[in-house]
Amino acid sequence: MNARLLRTLAIAYGFMLPMLALKAVYAFWPILFGTYLAFTEYNIISPPKWVGLRNFEELFGLGAFAARGPDRDFWYGLTNSIKYVLVVPVIQILSIGLAMLVNRQLPAIGLFRTAYYVPVVTSFAVVGLMWNWMYNQYGPVNFILTRLGLMDAGNPTNLLSNPAIALYAVMFVTLWKGLGYYMVLYLAGLQSIDKSLEEAAVIDGASRWQVFWNITLPGLRPTILVCSLLSTISAIKVFEEIFVMTAGGPAGSTYTAMYFVYAQAFQDFRYGYAAAAGLVIAVVSLIFGVINFRLTRGGNSS
Amino acid sequence: MRQEVAGLPRERKAARLRRPPWRKVLAGVLNYALLIAILGFAVFPFLWTLAIAITDKTVGSGISIYAFPQSLFPKAVTLNNFLEVIEKLNLGKYFLNSLVITALTVAGTLLVSALAAYPLARMSFPGRNLIFGAIVSTLVLPTEIAFIVNVLTLRDLGLLGTYLGVVLPTLATAFGIFLMRQAYLAIPGTLMEAARIDGASEVQILWRIMLPLSLPSLTALGIFTLVGTWNAYFWPSVALLTNEELLPMSVAILKLKGQFNYDSFNVAAGAVIMMVPVLVVFLLAQRFFMRGTEGAVKG
Repeated sequence: MNARLLRTLAIAYGFMLPMLALKAVYAFWPILFGTYLAFTEYNIISPPKWVGLRNFEELFGLGAFAARGPDRDFWYGLTNSIKYVLVVPVIQILSIGLAMLVNRQLPAIGLFRTAYYVPVVTSFAVVGLMWNWMYNQYGPVNFILTRLGLMDAGNPTNLLSNPAIALYAVMFVTLWKGLGYYMVLYLAGLQSIDKSLEEAAVIDGASRWQVFWNITLPGLRPTILVCSLLSTISAIKVFEEIFVMTAGGPAGSTYTAMYFVYAQAFQDFRYGYAAAAGLVIAVVSLIFGVINFRLTRGGNSS
Repeated sequence: MRQEVAGLPRERKAARLRRPPWRKVLAGVLNYALLIAILGFAVFPFLWTLAIAITDKTVGSGISIYAFPQSLFPKAVTLNNFLEVIEKLNLGKYFLNSLVITALTVAGTLLVSALAAYPLARMSFPGRNLIFGAIVSTLVLPTEIAFIVNVLTLRDLGLLGTYLGVVLPTLATAFGIFLMRQAYLAIPGTLMEAARIDGASEVQILWRIMLPLSLPSLTALGIFTLVGTWNAYFWPSVALLTNEELLPMSVAILKLKGQFNYDSFNVAAGAVIMMVPVLVVFLLAQRFFMRGTEGAVKG
């Protein structure tokens, strides 16, 4: 090896050293060790004990656990996390609409864009507090619902304490907080579409709907892929909204998959079992990622 | 598609070109009505929280603070709730924790990303593609179990329950590295060549040329990291489970709910204190912020 190459290597890796060290310890090691833990029994006090597939058998109700059936908490959480994906199409459609609305050259439009983004820069802790008040028995949400005749004015109930509705009420908050974020991404997507295409279509007499359907939407496809991917993965992994608003209640109706992982690790100290559940969630996210990829045809804009 | 468009009836084409002016006005009014309605939806929870925070709870008792719409218009206004929450809960301590954690994270992220992105953008060396691939792979590798192992690692390193323990695992982000890499790639190579001929070292090139020319991206990354860290809830609550003395405000504020026997006036005041710094930063630097958001996708 010549001296010059050695020097280049030293400089390049010297610059990358902090990043490589941090990534190795806090990103790659967790994947390796976490995957190993998933096949062990580990409670911190005694060293990990290899148990093969037993954690997975317990999750799915196979092998030694066939009689008991799958872990009910886990399945409940996973089902709720998958239900949470319902938020994805809603948030994508609304934020595309929102982006188109604020993509016009209107006076003070910047002000509206900024205001729509404010929920995005708000901590989940504050969001949780605020929306707990919003959903209060006599709060603004019920005020509107009773006015619309959707709730009994004499006996309003907190939506977050209704097991049939709580999950959807939390999903609504996710929607409220996320709209501005995707709006900005779609705004960037809209601005990257060649204006002359739309203009040409309008001159040729295309209706607004035709322009949207044949030019705008295909042009947005790469953005739609990225946005729905991000939004699907965070839906499957939903945790913070739940933690700050309902803590999994009422009656476990908002318990999610990641909540299960958290509870197993930091409340029951079953680190191996928690890691196994985490791996299953990762696989589920991956499957949903592939579905997204297929639905948007790989994000190809043509 | 073109044929479809061209095949439209001629009358419709003409109609679109000759729109009466009153329709333009109507469309404008409808536009703003919609914009304002959505504005109300986006900011109403904040306004209401602010109203609760400044309500003088000693006046007009008997009405529930949630009673809507009365609670939106407090009978008497006070700043007492802010003083109370700072005094009783020692909010200053948690505010300081947030400041320390955020400052360390921003400085660390900028340093790590600015350094690592340079060779990845402007040098060719063996292993570059491998490292690049490894960084990309952290975007798709399962993070669902990473936080569990990170807690165990921090405990073994004796960092669990310290500021450093919260900060270190969050510093090396693919987002930061890609953002800086994009910035370096946009700098003309002739500048670097000229500096090299003048005998500048790589460190000097990075410090004197690359960094000053990448200030907008550095700022964007800094602000993005600042807001994200200030607001972070899940990771700090896990990493500081064993040492609540160091909790940042975001986590402490929810504990407040329990400790205060749910005095919502004080809790609302705490929420406002928590939000104000981030809102100020966001409003002052929103241009950079949007750039960061877009960068997250393009990077």
